[in-house]
Amino acid sequence: MTLDAQTFMQHLANGISVGSLYALIAIGYTMVYGILRLINFAHGDIFMMAAYFAFFGIAVFHLPWYVAFLLVIGVTVLLGAGIEKAAYRPLRDAPKSSVLISAIGVSFLLENLATFLFSGKPKAFPDFPAMTRVLEIKGISIQVLTLVVPLVTILLLFILLFIVNHTKLGMAMRAVSKDYEIAQVMGIKIDRIIAYTFGIGSSLAAIGAILWGMKYPQVSPLMGVMPGLKCFIAAVIGGIGNIKGAVMGGFILGLAEVLLVAAFSSLTGYRDAIAFILLIIILLVRPTGLLGEKTAEKV
Amino acid sequence: MLKVEGLKVAYGGIEAVKGIDFEVPDHTIATLIGANGAGKSTVLKSIVGLTKLSEGRILFDGKSLAGLSPDQIVSKGITLVPEGRRIFSNLTVVENIKIGAYMRRDDLSEDLAWVYDLFPRLKERSWQLAGTLSGGEQQMLAVARALLSKPKLLMMDEPSLGLAPLIVKGIFDIIKEIHKQGVTILLIEQNANLALKTANIGYVLETGNIVMEGPGEMLLKNQSIREAYLGKVK
Repeated sequence: MTLDAQTFMQHLANGISVGSLYALIAIGYTMVYGILRLINFAHGDIFMMAAYFAFFGIAVFHLPWYVAFLLVIGVTVLLGAGIEKAAYRPLRDAPKSSVLISAIGVSFLLENLATFLFSGKPKAFPDFPAMTRVLEIKGISIQVLTLVVPLVTILLLFILLFIVNHTKLGMAMRAVSKDYEIAQVMGIKIDRIIAYTFGIGSSLAAIGAILWGMKYPQVSPLMGVMPGLKCFIAAVIGGIGNIKGAVMGGFILGLAEVLLVAAFSSLTGYRDAIAFILLIIILLVRPTGLLGEKTAEKV
Repeated sequence: MLKVEGLKVAYGGIEAVKGIDFEVPDHTIATLIGANGAGKSTVLKSIVGLTKLSEGRILFDGKSLAGLSPDQIVSKGITLVPEGRRIFSNLTVVENIKIGAYMRRDDLSEDLAWVYDLFPRLKERSWQLAGTLSGGEQQMLAVARALLSKPKLLMMDEPSLGLAPLIVKGIFDIIKEIHKQGVTILLIEQNANLALKTANIGYVLETGNIVMEGPGEMLLKNQSIREAYLGKVK
């Protein structure tokens, strides 16, 4: 099958948009890994919970969208920081694998809790006509959302990079990620810094969940599993621990998925496999990821 | 200023420090010397709260530090220049210095000027990543970082480790200079000769016990110390 320029542009825009969503979630993985050397397996499920919060805020409680979104972000931040406090902080001095197992436990807990509370039946995410409206630009039909998502992601990336590189909090985050013992001797309360890190990662997952719900308007207890795995892969592709890398990985993954399926329609059913194939390739060719440091990691 | 009483520390059942007493009086340079594995670093880590004591107490200005977290202990005016420098290599030189003042809310410009005066090299390199500095420069940076917390007690763990003799001399000159400015210093060293020459009081630590103590000059002349740490007298 050949692609004409218009169809290609359409797929390209879609790929960038999907990639931006991956990027938002991947940042949460990479930040937590950077500071705790932990793969937070619950991150995809925090994303799922945020989607439910948005669903309840708008479809059930009929809050104005801006109130609902702010609440969703706030509650998700509390959830992320709360998980850290309850499930990871008590294991601060335990072996890394114990924390990892705790993360897997939290992931299962959230998935089953959501099934129990909200039932396993998918719910319809409310429609946002302003976002789902289709624009015609030079023969390309494109949803407003497809344009908005990358803009939001880039804006958030810049805010985040500013926080990390130019504020006292960001300096403390970088110091804790390098040497948490000496960071304490500098007077840094590391538990607080770690909680902020989870909070920031969760807020991005919440924004990702809202945008995701607008794009794929269905909410279910297992909706976080596949995006969670893929965004973890995106973070690894970019070099886990590196924020810019996570965004880059997200875009690469989104574009690869959309463009490969568009070019080879026989791959449609294998769309989810592309991420894992990319993961295998990157682990073989460049295990530290595209922007990752080449340091030996003591495990 | 600092008083350690009956300090015992154990790692996984093995006692690294077996009940030691020592004191760092106000405005002195005290030193703890001893061979590798004598428990010196463990003592400093437990003072600053990074290692839990199994027994004993640590008093700072007459108050016990028991149960305080490292950030609370540091806020009382104790700071540590750790073994192997452990600067934040992913931060710039100036960020490394400023992070030493993490808890302060006041103006840093005077203290920045002071440490840049002590270590002009750091000023030249202030925008470089700290990981690109040489070993000696990193040691200077670790000292500058500690000074920015305005410590009453500065503890230094092996500041001479892995540095060329000339640079070591420079570092020790700085230690004396900092002491002159009113900071009390607790120095841990394998280089017993240099440490005892610099210090007012010395303690000799051997496999977790203090085996000898006294003024630096006196220990320097002691026969058994000379044999154990300074090479045989000809």
